[in-house]
Amino acid sequence: MTPLAAYLLVAALLFAIGLAGALVRRNAILVLIGIELMLNSANLNFIAFWRYSPHPEALTGMMFAIFSIAVAAAEAAVGLGLVIAIYRHAQTTDLDKMNRMKG
Amino acid sequence: MSVIFYLIAALTVAGGLAAVLLKPLVHAALAVTIAFGGLALLFLLLDAQFAGFAQILVYIGAVAILIVFAILLTRGSELPKDGVFSKTWLVGLVIAAGVFSVLGWAVLASQTGLPNETAVPAVTVHDIGVALVGRYVLPLEIVALLLTAATIGAVIVAMHEKDGAQ
Repeated sequence: MTPLAAYLLVAALLFAIGLAGALVRRNAILVLIGIELMLNSANLNFIAFWRYSPHPEALTGMMFAIFSIAVAAAEAAVGLGLVIAIYRHAQTTDLDKMNRMKG
Repeated sequence: MSVIFYLIAALTVAGGLAAVLLKPLVHAALAVTIAFGGLALLFLLLDAQFAGFAQILVYIGAVAILIVFAILLTRGSELPKDGVFSKTWLVGLVIAAGVFSVLGWAVLASQTGLPNETAVPAVTVHDIGVALVGRYVLPLEIVALLLTAATIGAVIVAMHEKDGAQ
Protein backbone atom coordinates (compact mmCIF):
# COMPACT_ATOMS: atom_id res chain seq x y z
CA MET A 1 0.00 0.00 0.00
CA THR A 2 1.38 3.39 -0.97
CA PRO A 3 1.42 6.17 1.64
CA LEU A 4 -1.17 8.10 -0.36
CA ALA A 5 -3.57 5.14 -0.24
CA ALA A 6 -3.03 4.81 3.53
CA TYR A 7 -3.93 8.48 4.09
CA LEU A 8 -6.95 8.18 1.79
CA LEU A 9 -8.15 5.12 3.72
CA VAL A 10 -7.86 6.94 7.04
CA ALA A 11 -9.80 9.85 5.54
CA ALA A 12 -12.48 7.49 4.20
CA LEU A 13 -12.82 5.84 7.62
CA LEU A 14 -13.14 9.23 9.35
CA PHE A 15 -15.72 10.33 6.77
CA ALA A 16 -17.78 7.19 7.40
CA ILE A 17 -17.56 7.70 11.18
CA GLY A 18 -18.69 11.32 10.81
CA LEU A 19 -21.52 10.30 8.51
CA ALA A 20 -22.64 7.63 10.96
CA GLY A 21 -22.56 10.20 13.78
CA ALA A 22 -24.61 12.69 11.78
CA LEU A 23 -27.19 10.05 10.83
CA VAL A 24 -27.43 8.01 14.04
CA ARG A 25 -27.31 10.44 16.96
CA ARG A 26 -30.38 12.33 18.18
CA ASN A 27 -28.67 15.42 19.57
CA ALA A 28 -28.24 18.32 17.14
CA ILE A 29 -24.79 19.19 18.54
CA LEU A 30 -23.56 15.64 17.90
CA VAL A 31 -24.82 15.93 14.32
CA LEU A 32 -22.72 19.09 13.95
CA ILE A 33 -19.70 17.23 15.38
CA GLY A 34 -20.22 14.52 12.75
CA ILE A 35 -20.34 17.13 9.99
CA GLU A 36 -17.10 18.67 11.29
CA LEU A 37 -15.44 15.23 11.17
CA MET A 38 -16.56 14.79 7.56
CA LEU A 39 -15.19 18.22 6.58
CA ASN A 40 -11.89 17.39 8.29
CA SER A 41 -11.51 14.10 6.45
CA ALA A 42 -12.00 15.94 3.16
CA ASN A 43 -9.22 18.33 4.24
CA LEU A 44 -6.96 15.35 4.92
CA ASN A 45 -7.59 14.17 1.35
CA PHE A 46 -6.66 17.60 -0.04
CA ILE A 47 -3.44 17.74 1.99
CA ALA A 48 -2.45 14.15 1.09
CA PHE A 49 -3.00 14.74 -2.64
CA TRP A 50 -1.07 18.02 -2.37
CA ARG A 51 1.87 16.28 -0.63
CA TYR A 52 2.18 13.49 -3.18
CA SER A 53 1.38 15.55 -6.28
CA PRO A 54 4.12 16.17 -8.85
CA HIS A 55 3.94 19.96 -8.30
CA PRO A 56 3.43 20.72 -4.60
CA GLU A 57 4.89 24.20 -5.08
CA ALA A 58 1.67 25.14 -6.93
CA LEU A 59 -0.03 25.01 -3.47
CA THR A 60 -3.48 24.21 -4.88
CA GLY A 61 -4.53 21.48 -2.44
CA MET A 62 -3.00 23.32 0.51
CA MET A 63 -4.94 26.50 -0.34
CA PHE A 64 -8.16 24.55 -0.75
CA ALA A 65 -7.66 22.98 2.69
CA ILE A 66 -6.94 26.36 4.32
CA PHE A 67 -10.04 27.97 2.78
CA SER A 68 -12.05 24.89 3.73
CA ILE A 69 -10.92 25.27 7.37
CA ALA A 70 -12.07 28.91 7.32
CA VAL A 71 -15.46 28.05 5.80
CA ALA A 72 -15.90 25.18 8.30
CA ALA A 73 -15.26 27.59 11.17
CA ALA A 74 -17.98 29.93 9.85
CA GLU A 75 -20.30 26.94 9.46
CA ALA A 76 -19.67 25.81 13.03
CA ALA A 77 -20.41 29.28 14.43
CA VAL A 78 -23.70 29.64 12.53
CA GLY A 79 -24.72 26.02 13.19
CA LEU A 80 -24.19 26.22 16.94
CA GLY A 81 -25.96 29.61 17.00
CA LEU A 82 -28.94 27.94 15.31
CA VAL A 83 -28.88 25.08 17.84
CA ILE A 84 -28.95 27.58 20.72
CA ALA A 85 -31.80 29.53 19.10
CA ILE A 86 -33.82 26.34 18.55
CA TYR A 87 -33.14 25.22 22.12
CA ARG A 88 -34.40 28.52 23.46
CA HIS A 89 -37.58 28.14 21.42
CA ALA A 90 -38.36 24.42 21.83
CA GLN A 91 -36.44 23.62 25.07
CA THR A 92 -34.83 20.59 23.41
CA THR A 93 -31.98 19.70 21.07
CA ASP A 94 -33.43 16.25 20.32
CA LEU A 95 -33.85 16.04 16.55
CA ASP A 96 -36.51 13.31 16.79
CA LYS A 97 -38.72 15.75 18.73
CA MET A 98 -38.26 18.63 16.27
CA ASN A 99 -40.81 17.54 13.72
CA ARG A 100 -42.77 20.76 13.21
CA MET A 101 -41.83 23.69 11.03
CA LYS A 102 -44.08 26.16 12.87
CA GLY A 103 -43.26 26.70 16.57
CA MET B 1 4.52 3.41 6.22
CA SER B 2 6.13 4.31 9.48
CA VAL B 3 4.97 3.27 12.94
CA ILE B 4 4.22 6.85 13.88
CA PHE B 5 1.68 7.16 11.06
CA TYR B 6 -0.20 4.10 12.32
CA LEU B 7 -0.14 5.42 15.89
CA ILE B 8 -1.50 8.84 14.89
CA ALA B 9 -4.07 7.32 12.53
CA ALA B 10 -5.27 4.96 15.28
CA LEU B 11 -5.51 7.88 17.72
CA THR B 12 -7.51 9.95 15.22
CA VAL B 13 -9.92 7.16 14.33
CA ALA B 14 -10.36 6.21 17.99
CA GLY B 15 -11.14 9.85 18.81
CA GLY B 16 -13.73 10.01 16.04
CA LEU B 17 -15.33 6.71 17.09
CA ALA B 18 -15.47 7.78 20.72
CA ALA B 19 -17.04 11.12 19.72
CA VAL B 20 -19.83 9.31 17.89
CA LEU B 21 -20.36 6.53 20.45
CA LEU B 22 -19.90 8.16 23.89
CA LYS B 23 -23.20 8.98 25.56
CA PRO B 24 -22.34 12.12 27.64
CA LEU B 25 -22.03 15.05 25.25
CA VAL B 26 -19.10 16.62 27.11
CA HIS B 27 -17.12 13.40 26.70
CA ALA B 28 -17.98 13.37 23.01
CA ALA B 29 -16.69 16.96 22.71
CA LEU B 30 -13.40 15.95 24.37
CA ALA B 31 -13.10 12.92 22.05
CA VAL B 32 -13.67 15.03 18.96
CA THR B 33 -10.95 17.40 20.19
CA ILE B 34 -8.59 14.40 20.25
CA ALA B 35 -9.64 13.58 16.68
CA PHE B 36 -8.96 17.19 15.60
CA GLY B 37 -5.53 17.02 17.24
CA GLY B 38 -4.75 13.73 15.52
CA LEU B 39 -5.71 15.26 12.18
CA ALA B 40 -3.40 18.21 12.87
CA LEU B 41 -0.58 15.72 13.58
CA LEU B 42 -1.36 13.95 10.28
CA PHE B 43 -1.11 17.31 8.49
CA LEU B 44 2.28 17.89 10.13
CA LEU B 45 3.34 14.38 9.09
CA LEU B 46 2.43 15.33 5.50
CA ASP B 47 4.84 18.34 5.67
CA ALA B 48 1.92 20.78 5.69
CA GLN B 49 3.04 22.83 8.70
CA PHE B 50 0.83 25.84 8.01
CA ALA B 51 -2.32 23.76 7.59
CA GLY B 52 -1.45 21.73 10.69
CA PHE B 53 -1.07 24.75 12.92
CA ALA B 54 -4.13 26.41 11.36
CA GLN B 55 -6.03 23.22 12.21
CA ILE B 56 -4.83 23.38 15.84
CA LEU B 57 -5.71 27.08 16.15
CA VAL B 58 -9.09 26.94 14.45
CA TYR B 59 -10.41 23.54 15.51
CA ILE B 60 -8.92 22.91 18.96
CA GLY B 61 -8.79 26.60 19.81
CA ALA B 62 -12.16 27.74 18.50
CA VAL B 63 -14.53 25.05 17.24
CA ALA B 64 -14.05 22.72 20.24
CA ILE B 65 -14.62 25.61 22.65
CA LEU B 66 -17.74 26.63 20.70
CA ILE B 67 -19.07 23.06 20.90
CA VAL B 68 -18.50 22.93 24.68
CA PHE B 69 -20.25 26.30 25.07
CA ALA B 70 -23.21 25.09 23.02
CA ILE B 71 -23.45 21.87 25.08
CA LEU B 72 -23.42 23.76 28.36
CA LEU B 73 -25.88 26.43 27.15
CA THR B 74 -28.40 23.81 26.01
CA ARG B 75 -28.15 21.61 29.14
CA GLY B 76 -26.79 18.88 26.86
CA SER B 77 -24.77 17.42 29.74
CA GLU B 78 -27.94 15.75 31.06
CA LEU B 79 -28.49 12.31 29.55
CA PRO B 80 -31.85 11.94 27.76
CA LYS B 81 -34.11 9.22 29.12
CA ASP B 82 -34.99 7.56 25.83
CA GLY B 83 -31.45 6.90 24.59
CA VAL B 84 -28.99 8.94 22.56
CA PHE B 85 -29.40 7.08 19.27
CA SER B 86 -32.09 7.87 16.75
CA LYS B 87 -34.98 5.52 16.00
CA THR B 88 -33.58 4.95 12.52
CA TRP B 89 -30.02 4.22 13.69
CA LEU B 90 -29.76 0.98 11.70
CA VAL B 91 -30.41 2.79 8.40
CA GLY B 92 -27.76 5.38 9.22
CA LEU B 93 -25.25 2.68 10.11
CA VAL B 94 -25.91 0.80 6.86
CA ILE B 95 -25.52 4.00 4.82
CA ALA B 96 -22.22 4.86 6.55
CA ALA B 97 -20.88 1.31 6.08
CA GLY B 98 -21.89 1.41 2.40
CA VAL B 99 -20.15 4.76 1.88
CA PHE B 100 -17.00 3.47 3.57
CA SER B 101 -16.92 0.25 1.54
CA VAL B 102 -17.34 2.18 -1.73
CA LEU B 103 -14.63 4.72 -0.79
CA GLY B 104 -12.27 2.01 0.44
CA TRP B 105 -12.80 -0.08 -2.67
CA ALA B 106 -12.15 2.96 -4.87
CA VAL B 107 -8.92 3.76 -3.02
CA LEU B 108 -7.60 0.19 -3.06
CA ALA B 109 -8.63 -0.56 -6.64
CA SER B 110 -7.25 2.61 -8.20
CA GLN B 111 -3.78 2.97 -9.64
CA THR B 112 -2.30 5.78 -7.59
CA GLY B 113 -0.27 7.62 -10.19
CA LEU B 114 1.25 10.25 -7.92
CA PRO B 115 4.61 8.74 -7.04
CA ASN B 116 6.16 11.86 -5.54
CA GLU B 117 6.88 10.06 -2.27
CA THR B 118 10.48 10.91 -1.55
CA ALA B 119 10.80 14.60 -2.35
CA VAL B 120 9.65 16.78 0.55
CA PRO B 121 7.86 19.84 -0.84
CA ALA B 122 9.94 22.93 -0.16
CA VAL B 123 7.07 25.24 0.69
CA THR B 124 7.53 27.89 3.36
CA VAL B 125 4.96 30.08 5.08
CA HIS B 126 6.40 32.93 3.01
CA ASP B 127 5.33 31.13 -0.20
CA ILE B 128 1.85 30.60 1.22
CA GLY B 129 1.56 34.27 2.18
CA VAL B 130 2.68 35.40 -1.27
CA ALA B 131 0.19 33.03 -2.91
CA LEU B 132 -2.62 34.21 -0.60
CA VAL B 133 -2.23 37.87 -1.58
CA GLY B 134 -1.31 37.05 -5.17
CA ARG B 135 -3.05 34.29 -7.04
CA TYR B 136 -5.64 33.57 -4.33
CA VAL B 137 -6.48 37.13 -3.32
CA LEU B 138 -10.10 36.96 -4.51
CA PRO B 139 -10.95 33.80 -2.48
CA LEU B 140 -9.18 35.41 0.50
CA GLU B 141 -11.39 38.50 0.28
CA ILE B 142 -14.51 36.34 -0.14
CA VAL B 143 -13.57 34.28 2.92
CA ALA B 144 -13.02 37.49 4.91
CA LEU B 145 -16.50 38.66 3.89
CA LEU B 146 -17.99 35.24 4.70
CA LEU B 147 -16.42 35.18 8.16
CA THR B 148 -17.71 38.67 8.94
CA ALA B 149 -21.21 37.77 7.72
CA ALA B 150 -21.15 34.46 9.65
CA THR B 151 -20.09 36.17 12.89
CA ILE B 152 -22.85 38.79 12.61
CA GLY B 153 -25.37 36.14 11.54
CA ALA B 154 -24.51 33.79 14.42
CA VAL B 155 -24.92 36.63 16.94
CA ILE B 156 -28.27 37.69 15.44
CA VAL B 157 -29.60 34.11 15.26
CA ALA B 158 -28.59 33.30 18.83
CA MET B 159 -29.86 36.64 20.25
CA HIS B 160 -32.77 36.63 22.68
CA GLU B 161 -36.21 36.72 21.12
CA LYS B 162 -38.13 39.85 22.05
CA ASP B 163 -41.03 39.41 24.45
CA GLY B 164 -44.29 38.81 22.58
CA ALA B 165 -42.56 38.52 19.22
CA GLN B 166 -42.19 35.07 17.69
